[in-house]
Amino acid sequence: MATYEPVIGLETHVELGTNTKMFCGCPTVFGAEPNTQVCPVCLGLPGSLPVANKAAIEATIRIGLALNCSIATWCRFARKNYFYPDMPKNFQISQYDEPLCVDGYLDVDVDGQTIRVGIERVHLEEDTGKTLHIGGATGRIHGATESLVDYNRAGIPLVEIVTKPVAGTGQLAPAVARAYVTELRDLLRTLDVSDVRMEQGSMRCDVNTSLNKPGEEWGTRTETKNVNSLRSVERAVRSEMLRQASVLDAGGSITQETRHFHEDTGDTTSGRSKETATDYRYFPEPDLVPLAPDPAWVETLKAALPETPRARRARLQQEWRVSDHDLQSIVNAGAVELIEATVAAGATPDAARKWWLGELARRANNDGVELSALAVTPADVAELQQLVDAGKLTDKLARQVLEGTLAGEGSPSAVMAARGVEVVSDTGALTAAVDEAIAANPDVAAKIREGKVAAAGVLVGAVMKATRGQADAKTVRDLIVSRLS
Amino acid sequence: MAAISRDEVAHLARLSRLAVTEDELDMFAGQLDVILQSVARIGDVAAADIPPTSHSVPLTNVLREDVVVPGISREDALAMAPDSAEDRFRVPRILEEEA
Repeated sequence: MATYEPVIGLETHVELGTNTKMFCGCPTVFGAEPNTQVCPVCLGLPGSLPVANKAAIEATIRIGLALNCSIATWCRFARKNYFYPDMPKNFQISQYDEPLCVDGYLDVDVDGQTIRVGIERVHLEEDTGKTLHIGGATGRIHGATESLVDYNRAGIPLVEIVTKPVAGTGQLAPAVARAYVTELRDLLRTLDVSDVRMEQGSMRCDVNTSLNKPGEEWGTRTETKNVNSLRSVERAVRSEMLRQASVLDAGGSITQETRHFHEDTGDTTSGRSKETATDYRYFPEPDLVPLAPDPAWVETLKAALPETPRARRARLQQEWRVSDHDLQSIVNAGAVELIEATVAAGATPDAARKWWLGELARRANNDGVELSALAVTPADVAELQQLVDAGKLTDKLARQVLEGTLAGEGSPSAVMAARGVEVVSDTGALTAAVDEAIAANPDVAAKIREGKVAAAGVLVGAVMKATRGQADAKTVRDLIVSRLS
Repeated sequence: MAAISRDEVAHLARLSRLAVTEDELDMFAGQLDVILQSVARIGDVAAADIPPTSHSVPLTNVLREDVVVPGISREDALAMAPDSAEDRFRVPRILEEEA
């Protein structure tokens, strides 16, 4: 494996979060009943004409600017012809040799290094319909006897972001691929142009991989499709690197082809080979006039770009005074925004970090969900910490209250009220409980009087039991020792 | 030399899923050749200072606002299709070469 150098490239498709489709006024609601968001334009009916969506163009230019691209001053849409029923027109409107945005980059941090991933182009096209294959096994096209098509998705604005080849990252290549897609997702989310939900297909990745011996020309590449989670991006590159290395080690050669990634096994298998891939016969789309974004408009959009996630992380690292390593843990846990919001709600950075990376990360991990999917808000966490700081909850009780909040019982204070949980801070009641425990355990009390303070544990346990755990153990211990000294 | 070969016409017919007979291939190849050669003559007068025309009207940036416009009902959409099932358009198996 170490005898080969990988070169990777990523093509990412992102559905824009516009209200309407790219070339018609149909709505774009995810999960709508099949074929209820269609019209003559997106059904490709004769005589219908497309008109480009201004919001989609604006979003694409903003993406290009955020990726440090140059924005075209004049460009056209192109017609990509192919025979497949996912587009009823028998072609897809895309961009070919005149993309809206070209030649940018995105910096990503991997293993303490900054790697600049070049961006070749960002172009705008329309998404295709969804096909359901009937008669074959598990809905796949192999063995299918017929297909059922839903055109709700056909025509939704789709942005394609293509990297330049990324070479020289060696064994880090799988991690670089993942870091790039993660950074891109966070950037797109910050721009508020897409909901970037890989599991719902609003962000999809194709991964190109090739291997070559050091000093030699780049090898033949394969394109792995169907890579639909951040983890899968990393796995797909790694598995394809291993597969190609074993082919090359055995004296074989790599076939240029499309491969499919399988989420369950983490393997790729050969798909349609490139030589049977369709000849798309691109030509300028005659039904749409050229786009010529006004440079002044582009400048306005550029000036209004939000802080990038990477700049924001650098700023927060300073504000929170955390190490590179701790910041990486926060990023990996997907907790940057959550901690930021918790701090904004009044918690200290350390306290916010303790909850999100501790108890809540454990819970999210057990449930197999993202931190942000937990039924607890940053405001809840801040409130919980304030209750601890005010002495109304011990850490142990706070965790119980958090359980309640996670179970949907309401905010921490609501859970405390409903469950009757609160630290017994009334010294009178606590002193009574301590005296009771001393009276019930004269032997232990005698030992403590002789200076064997370690024996106090038994009495602390008795008091905690009597107060149903709602006392602060340290306060109880101090009280016992002072009563017996 | 011909501007388009008989093989290229056969390839385009296949991409377009048009069933073209051998005789028709000969005929279309000849006709398309005449058309292409005629269009190619424009190249004789094209000058470097004249940009290629892709649209007959000198317009740019014809855009629409991102506002929903009602489309057509599913019933109407599917009624125009040769076949449908489960509220979807039904089509024969595609890409037989893959199956």
